Amino acid sequence: MLISFNNVTKTFEDGTVAVDDVSFTVKKGKLITLIGPSGCGKTTTMKMINKLIPISSGTITIDGNDISTENDVELRRNIGYVIQRIGLLPHMTIEENVSLVPKLKGWKKKDYEKKVDDLLDMVGLDPNVYKKRYPLELSGGQQQRIGVIRALAGEPPIILMDEPFSALDPISREQLQDELKLLQKNIHKTIVFVTHDMDEALKIADEIVVMKDGRVEQIATPTKLVQHPINDFVRSFVGDDRVKKASGSRGELLADTIMQPIQAEVELNNLPEISSKSNLHEVANIMLSKQAEAIIITAEDGKPTGIIEKNQLLKELAGIQKEVQ
Amino acid sequence: MDAIQVFLETIISRQDLIVERTIEHLYLSFVAILVAVAISLPLGIYISRKRKVAEFYIGVTAVLQTIPSLALFGFLVPVLGIGATTALVALIIYALLPILRNTYTGITGVDEGIIEAGEGMGMTKRQILWKIQLPLSLPFMMAGVRTATVLTVGVATLATFVGAGGLGDVIWRGLQSWNNSLVLAGAIPVALMALVFDFILKTVEKKVTPKGINS
Ligand SMILES: Nc1ncnc2c1ncn2[C@@H]1O[C@H](COP(=O)(O)OP(=O)(O)OP(=O)(O)O)[C@@H](O)[C@H]1O
Ligand SMILES: [Mg+2]
Repeated sequence: MLISFNNVTKTFEDGTVAVDDVSFTVKKGKLITLIGPSGCGKTTTMKMINKLIPISSGTITIDGNDISTENDVELRRNIGYVIQRIGLLPHMTIEENVSLVPKLKGWKKKDYEKKVDDLLDMVGLDPNVYKKRYPLELSGGQQQRIGVIRALAGEPPIILMDEPFSALDPISREQLQDELKLLQKNIHKTIVFVTHDMDEALKIADEIVVMKDGRVEQIATPTKLVQHPINDFVRSFVGDDRVKKASGSRGELLADTIMQPIQAEVELNNLPEISSKSNLHEVANIMLSKQAEAIIITAEDGKPTGIIEKNQLLKELAGIQKEVQ
Repeated sequence: MDAIQVFLETIISRQDLIVERTIEHLYLSFVAILVAVAISLPLGIYISRKRKVAEFYIGVTAVLQTIPSLALFGFLVPVLGIGATTALVALIIYALLPILRNTYTGITGVDEGIIEAGEGMGMTKRQILWKIQLPLSLPFMMAGVRTATVLTVGVATLATFVGAGGLGDVIWRGLQSWNNSLVLAGAIPVALMALVFDFILKTVEKKVTPKGINS
């Protein structure tokens, strides 16, 4: 399931622009995290995907279908949703809470009962002990786990998670993060995950969307984000320490992360070539041995896709940002 | 002579009157409550979904509630004449507010997070109403019905002034003839009735409180 935001804006009735011209895509089976300071529009962005908040302008598509044309209820039954405030139904047992969506979808009793047991096992809660309990008879962390597995119960291809692990102790949090990662790898869920914990984002994300004041500041993989924060805000949000640490290993950066598009006037013939999957150490090696001023980066099929010039390489390796030339 | 003995003799000699008036009183209270519930439960559910008009409806019933009960009976006589209908209308008007307000606060008081979770899971508006909002607000509604019932049983003593009988009649006769025993013979059943209803409804209230929300 591919989710795509195209120039999405949300202005609330009171004039608050919570999300401002946001575009990004989440590829099928990927886990994307939305991160940013409180009030930057993460929750709003997420809730527009399952239409809990209507869009003011722009479009969101899922597998190419504009969600505004889809039936709200049908759409939501196929999008798991872990809400920031947990939101377990207090008058229903754990079992009833978790089996809600499967029941709405018309599963057989046998099937959803098994699903409940499996999911409880998965998050380390013994079904025989917890199934018949009510939410208030669970600790905050246990409730949060139920919130998470409730979103998985209907086997939705897409899952939205709004700070799902915030109430957990560090150990259970790590454990659930691992569990989530595994789940996503094994059953290819497309996951949008909101957090304001950078460690968490760096750990679990395939791609991180950094937001500020309703706008997207940067979209990058975790590695790229720490190595190449695009501006001071992102840099400080990622944490100077992490950026500095990462710049020590800039040589590990892959060539295609820093390459520039090839300009038509460049004479390509005399330049050395290297695969886009080589790291900057290798790039530097070749350039030094060939005494070249630039190097062509080739895609897997051998075609040139970009170019790295000597000065640029030096700056990258030295960790000098583009803005401060 | 012993006051208690006089009282007991009064009860025995006026047995028929007391029983008849008690039945009338029960009838008036019961019908009034039933009709008030039938009006204000659905109305409460309706206005909980249209919050803009809610204040208006609650305001109207609140204003009605502030009219002194005797005056309300008085106002209705020129319009509806004398008889049980007038008494019932007045009692119903009185019982509306507690039920309406409790239904409204019960439903709108359900945690937004819970409603959002329901919506997010793909429950329809109707499912959210029946499976989340109503079960969770049922204890509030019952509390409203309980308040209304106790109130109605008390106010129904005024029914006698519009010729609708009830235990108020016994009390009134007692007052007119300076017969304290007769006053008590009318007042005590009213109090007992209120207590018994209160107890029954309290039990019901406990019963309908979903497990899991009072632990
Ligand atoms: N219903 C609403 N009406 C008006 N403004 C709103 C509404 N909901 C959210 N906002 C505003 O929109 C902005 C973004 O809110 P949002 O909940 O998306 O933030 P967030 O990034 O999820 O923050 P947090 O990390 O604290 O959860 C905030 O300024 C908030 O006050
Ligand atoms: Mg939020």
